[in-house]
Amino acid sequence: MSGESLIRVSGLTREYRMGAETVHALRGVDMEIRRNEYLAIMGPSGSGKSTLMNLIGCLDSPTCGEYWLNGVEVSQMQDDELARVRNREIGFVFQTFNLLPRASALHNVELPLIYAGMSGRERRQHAARALERVGLADRMAHKPNELSGGQRQRVAIARALVNDPSILLADEPTGNLDSSTSAEIMAVFEELYRQGQTVVMVTHEADIASHARRVVTLLDGVVNSDTVREAA
Amino acid sequence: MPFAEAIRLALRVIWTQKMKSSFSVIGVFIGVTFLIAVVTVVEGMNAYMTESFANKLLGVNTFQLRRYPGVQMGDISSETRRQWRRRPRITYEDARAVEAGLTVPVLVAWESSNRGTVEYDGKVARDIDLIAATEEWFAIREMDLETGRAFSAQEVRTGQPVVVLGNELAERLFDDRDPIGREVRVRRIPYRVIGVAEPQGSVFGMSLDKFAVAPALSPLKRFVNPPRVLDELKVRANSQAELEAAIAETEAIMRSRRGLRPTQESNFSIETADAVLDFWDRINQFLMMALPGLVSISLVVGGIVIMNIMLMAVAERTREIGIRKSLGARRRDIMRQFLVESATLATVGALMGIAFGLGMAALVQATTFLPARVAPWSIVVAVILGAGVGIGAGLYPASRAARLDPVEAIRQE
Repeated sequence: MSGESLIRVSGLTREYRMGAETVHALRGVDMEIRRNEYLAIMGPSGSGKSTLMNLIGCLDSPTCGEYWLNGVEVSQMQDDELARVRNREIGFVFQTFNLLPRASALHNVELPLIYAGMSGRERRQHAARALERVGLADRMAHKPNELSGGQRQRVAIARALVNDPSILLADEPTGNLDSSTSAEIMAVFEELYRQGQTVVMVTHEADIASHARRVVTLLDGVVNSDTVREAA
Repeated sequence: MPFAEAIRLALRVIWTQKMKSSFSVIGVFIGVTFLIAVVTVVEGMNAYMTESFANKLLGVNTFQLRRYPGVQMGDISSETRRQWRRRPRITYEDARAVEAGLTVPVLVAWESSNRGTVEYDGKVARDIDLIAATEEWFAIREMDLETGRAFSAQEVRTGQPVVVLGNELAERLFDDRDPIGREVRVRRIPYRVIGVAEPQGSVFGMSLDKFAVAPALSPLKRFVNPPRVLDELKVRANSQAELEAAIAETEAIMRSRRGLRPTQESNFSIETADAVLDFWDRINQFLMMALPGLVSISLVVGGIVIMNIMLMAVAERTREIGIRKSLGARRRDIMRQFLVESATLATVGALMGIAFGLGMAALVQATTFLPARVAPWSIVVAVILGAGVGIGAGLYPASRAARLDPVEAIRQE
């Protein structure tokens, strides 16, 4: 384990009101993630791993507790500030890819740059470079439905990386892929990690989690175990 | 997201959903079509009334002294009509007194008319305007002759049976033959044709070329009026100012001849093109007042349709909104995206409406006597209205989209 602290959460709690009932999704999570870690968050469904992922990804705000990202407290931020943090610091990779179906691969990758306010030409250059990095230089003009599942997930990875985020956040990244394509995507993550990218991945599959260097398991909204593995 | 980018995105969305888009803009389309078509036709009418109708019928800087108005406008009660019919007629003596008393330089002509037949060589032209007039009539009407000549002062004084025919009448009776010098029968009275007028065109689809004009004192006088009576005295001045002076003088002369006290109303009419134009202005104003109501009804309906379509779009694209938010779109980015889309949609509808409205106006021009004049302001108003309706209708759906929770939105299937 190396690098300075990137993420620090303490006492992170998230409650949902479902009618008269209150659901305690997270009951006080304490955790620290350093720069250039490769971390998997595991746990059965209902353990709170998706909630934690949404909070780390700044898609959601905690009911109470603190969340520091890159030395800034984001748990107190308003909507538009969170949007800015998502844009600059976070790169999402989703299970269902979440590409815009009518836009080309290139345009999909351009989206974060549009919201960052980058001008058209510079944007296209950046997006093209990101696609080259994931081996899709020859698929830039293709629409998502003209690409295979693995290629779509690569487009999503390119999109996640295009803004040079502090952290790559992947939610069940291989959930919709067959085993050989899964291996391919995991190889991409491995490579990114080797290049210095911080990767946080949420999964319920043990063999996927085994690619990570550190595995945190959640149970009933609290951290159950936190294991660091030997380098493979 | 930059503005141009937002518009490009909106156009792409609109284009990929051509069918839905065209249904959703139908209200705006109809409203704008209506606006453009009506304004174009009304402006055309306007130009027509001022440029041809009033001047063709009544003449420039010209007034008519009559028993009662020849061009009757608006609602006239039967009581008023009865009063008009009790008025004394305009006599030859009245006409001569006015002519003698006017100090302003003017052209003066008598005119009386009735409808009747003109015959030549077994051919009968019915419902012809038979006019008995004095020699200055042609000058006042600015009527040039195609062939032949007009009648002279002497022919008027001596009541010669000579006649000048309207262009269409001459064509109908003579085809290609030369009418000059031939004898026609006007109300069965033999008249010699001395001239044919140039085509005068038409007013409201009625031909102005179906007339025959003869000297005021020629035998035709018996058919157009009781003895020593005329329908109207036409007076043409050189300018608007002189026209007003001539009207004042005429009024004074007539009132004194009829011994009217200052409190009594005049029992004769003085009619100018301005009076007709004033009346047209009133119709015009009424149309222009009714127009916003009619247009806004369709625009409101159009706005409601667009709002619903946009709400549907927001619902359908919840996931897209979630994706965009996860990638860093702020509320105002999403708000702007949907507002621009809705405004672009409505503006495209308005542009189609403008094109269609102009097309309709062109069609009206081609198939009727009504001219079309495109009013640039109406196009500007149409575009602004279109964009305005789009923005107004888009506000609520766009703010709903902007306030979506990214976690929920992205989970949407």
